[in-house]
Amino acid sequence: MARMKFLCDADRCIECNACVTACKNEHEVPWGINRRRVVTINDGLPGERSVSMACMHCTDAPCAAVCPVDCFYTTVDAVVLHSKDTCIGCGYCFYACPFGAPQYPKVGNFGTRGKMDKCTYCAGGPEADMTQAEYVKYGSNRLAEGKLPLCAEMCSTKSLLAGDGDIIADIYRERVVTRGYGSGAWGWRTAYGETVSV
Amino acid sequence: MKAFTTWLFAVVALAMVVTLSPAPAEAQQINPTAESVTEDALLEALQGGQMVDGRVSIPDELSSGLIKPGNKGWADRHGGLVRTLTAIAIVGILVVLVAFYVMRGKIRIDAGMSGMSILRFSAFERFAHWLMAGSFIVLALTGLNLVFGRSLVLPIVGEDAFGTLSTWGKVAHNYLGWAFMLGLIMSFVAWIAHNLPDKVDGEWIRQGGGLLKKGVHPPAKKFNAGQKVIFWSVMLGGAALSFTGVMLLFPDWAGGQSDWQFYQLIHGLVAAGLTAIVVAHIYIGSVGMEGAFDAMGSGEVDLNWAREHHSLWVEEVEGKPEYEPHAASSKAQPAE
Repeated sequence: MARMKFLCDADRCIECNACVTACKNEHEVPWGINRRRVVTINDGLPGERSVSMACMHCTDAPCAAVCPVDCFYTTVDAVVLHSKDTCIGCGYCFYACPFGAPQYPKVGNFGTRGKMDKCTYCAGGPEADMTQAEYVKYGSNRLAEGKLPLCAEMCSTKSLLAGDGDIIADIYRERVVTRGYGSGAWGWRTAYGETVSV
Repeated sequence: MKAFTTWLFAVVALAMVVTLSPAPAEAQQINPTAESVTEDALLEALQGGQMVDGRVSIPDELSSGLIKPGNKGWADRHGGLVRTLTAIAIVGILVVLVAFYVMRGKIRIDAGMSGMSILRFSAFERFAHWLMAGSFIVLALTGLNLVFGRSLVLPIVGEDAFGTLSTWGKVAHNYLGWAFMLGLIMSFVAWIAHNLPDKVDGEWIRQGGGLLKKGVHPPAKKFNAGQKVIFWSVMLGGAALSFTGVMLLFPDWAGGQSDWQFYQLIHGLVAAGLTAIVVAHIYIGSVGMEGAFDAMGSGEVDLNWAREHHSLWVEEVEGKPEYEPHAASSKAQPAE
């Protein structure tokens, strides 16, 4: 089985935000929620760099560890998904996530959070694959259709890679060797406890 | 003519290829992002700081954090330290209470029931107590559900029922917190004057409150030193829980993510400690001591119970002009 990962080649990201837009459109993500975002470090200064970030589908995901209702599960492709039927919107997964992936709609009184929403790696949720029920809660299930996440698929500079961790790491390594430089796989050390060595 | 055009295109194309392609060796020397920040440097520069962050063009300030490795620390503490300490507090106090019950048994009224009772707590005091106590029990159970429900309740009731239960638990926790805060304030107003430490407390503590030995009853006013400890634990712990709880209810007021994590940590630890103290309080106020529950039940306590446990308070009450002991309604002596 594949071990799905994202890899953002930050030397290629041009902060076009197409991944953010594609994600919002593909899954009809509600207003105020962003499953993916592009963060620009040192914006406007020499040495600025943009990185596209979403749920990294961590190994030993901390969100799953702290969830009081145990609503997270990991698929055979190592994608970290959750059940919105079980989620109570406590916010613990957001406290625990190193990548700020969990998002909550604002509902009800006080600062009460609705049920958590996050990147599904375009793999839907616990409902039956490619059903309307699944689409309404989690968005489309491209993985079930044999496709990779849309954000990476339509990245204009092919900065964002999605697929089996070993394969995209190989693609990235080849790039680095060919062009002679590379800033590494952002977030990998935190998410998977390893990085791509060239 | 056609042959000439083709020949011209070929020459032009060849010329472009020759002029535009730089030598491959040179291309590999240029790194356009050589001056740019690297992840390793940023993570090293954190030094236990909050996060690697930047700017986002979407209108959500919170999403400007890129990597926050420290969040895993909160996750580890939450699943490790907080969970362990909570388990130790709850199981520990239960073990202590069972051991106490086995060794000492139920504390009886040495002189027996007198059949005469006096008013110990007014309706206002009892309302304040039960408002606070009732809400606290629900808050404690729903809070403990967040810590242990996943391993204790979930396997028994199943995923659907547990999700529903926890959702209602969260709603109850969010709303009953306000009832608890009101009860806390009312109790503070009602009892602060009686809970200031004085020299009687020293003697009470020296005699172990008379808890350990039958027939020993150190003098005490309206509240003995043990009850004062409960009072101040509830007031200080309750204040801490209220403040951190309100901050968690209104995350916008609290600041950023690290502030929420801090308030959540304090909320969890104080709640565990206070729950353990309250469990002991419930024990001694119900099954642990004969006649104690009446104080908060009907508000009327047996005169002998009062003389044994709050001798100075009884003297004080007896000195008042409106003092009138009366036959306890349920255990009335037959008329002579």
